[in-house]
Amino acid sequence: MTDPVTLDPIAARRLDGNAAGGILAEVFAVDVTAARSRCAGCGATSMLGAHHVYADAPAMVLRCPSCTGMVLRVGMREGRILLDLSGSRLLEIPMPASSGGGPATEDDGELG
Amino acid sequence: MARAAVQRRLTWLPARLVATSAESPRVHRLVFDVPGWSGHLPGQHVDVRLTAEDGYTAERSYSLASPPEVGELHLLVERLEDGEVSSYLTGELSPGDLIELRGPIGGYFVWSAAADQDDRDTGRRPVQLVAGGAGVSPFTAMLDHHRRRESPTPMQLLYSTRDESEILARGLLGPETTITLTRDVPVGWAGETGRVDAAMLLRCTVKPGDSPRIFVCGPTAFAESTATALVDLGHEPTSIRIERFGESKEPS
Repeated sequence: MTDPVTLDPIAARRLDGNAAGGILAEVFAVDVTAARSRCAGCGATSMLGAHHVYADAPAMVLRCPSCTGMVLRVGMREGRILLDLSGSRLLEIPMPASSGGGPATEDDGELG
Repeated sequence: MARAAVQRRLTWLPARLVATSAESPRVHRLVFDVPGWSGHLPGQHVDVRLTAEDGYTAERSYSLASPPEVGELHLLVERLEDGEVSSYLTGELSPGDLIELRGPIGGYFVWSAAADQDDRDTGRRPVQLVAGGAGVSPFTAMLDHHRRRESPTPMQLLYSTRDESEILARGLLGPETTITLTRDVPVGWAGETGRVDAAMLLRCTVKPGDSPRIFVCGPTAFAESTATALVDLGHEPTSIRIERFGESKEPS
């Protein structure tokens, strides 16, 4: 059966910014897949989770979904994490809500 | 002094396999107990790390297939022919064995009842899920969560799979789900048949005029062709979130 959807072999391995969430969580204190990044090449802004990821290079490479320019590279070597952010002109990271996200526990109780 | 919960960086956590069962001929459901798990949102994933005796490690990402209301973590793992991690997870890992998990990961491909309550404007928009094959994993977490929380958000799933035996999480799928079989169609099948295309999307998914939030998950070729067809139908590109699985040797 032939596949009506054809992609070249490199395109078929394309993933999303989400796939880089794990290693980026080793570096950043907050989740950055929901952060917006402005491409240093074309100026387009989109969430890192919506970027294209090529995970089988020596480093994970995030590319701009508009112009395919390299935005971010992250990899590990000899116990170090290497992070190249030169393709992002501006990273806009939502602050974690102090009470949102998980089950509220801190402020629910009475003062002791 | 900081009074809010301190954000912590993610670390690798030991996860003990509690149960493993064949969900379909190629997909296993693995259930893990993870002490110290911080909770998650439907749609988030974990990284799995296996370490061999000689120190060699391999990592893969898997979507969480269980909602936050369930204490254990469920993963639906598809056995790939040349997949060193997936063949180990589905063939050799036994109850009681330990692996390592890092997560929950990702704030992009998520949906939760609480977020819809907090953001009423967004929360009013229906949610359309489109899955190819094992790409249904994160959606089983979303559907299960939606049901347990009795969320008022309209949610629909269009699920493409090769044949009836490969339908995953079958017990969870209700009237919100449309299944299309792409390969073997049994006599008397009342659902859709054939690959997801523009005509099927028009017939079986929320219309652009209703401004749905759309999540597409599956092999890269499936996800990209589906997203392109959705944009052609008039959906806003920014309303479509994609999770690509990469190459699939067995197109859904």
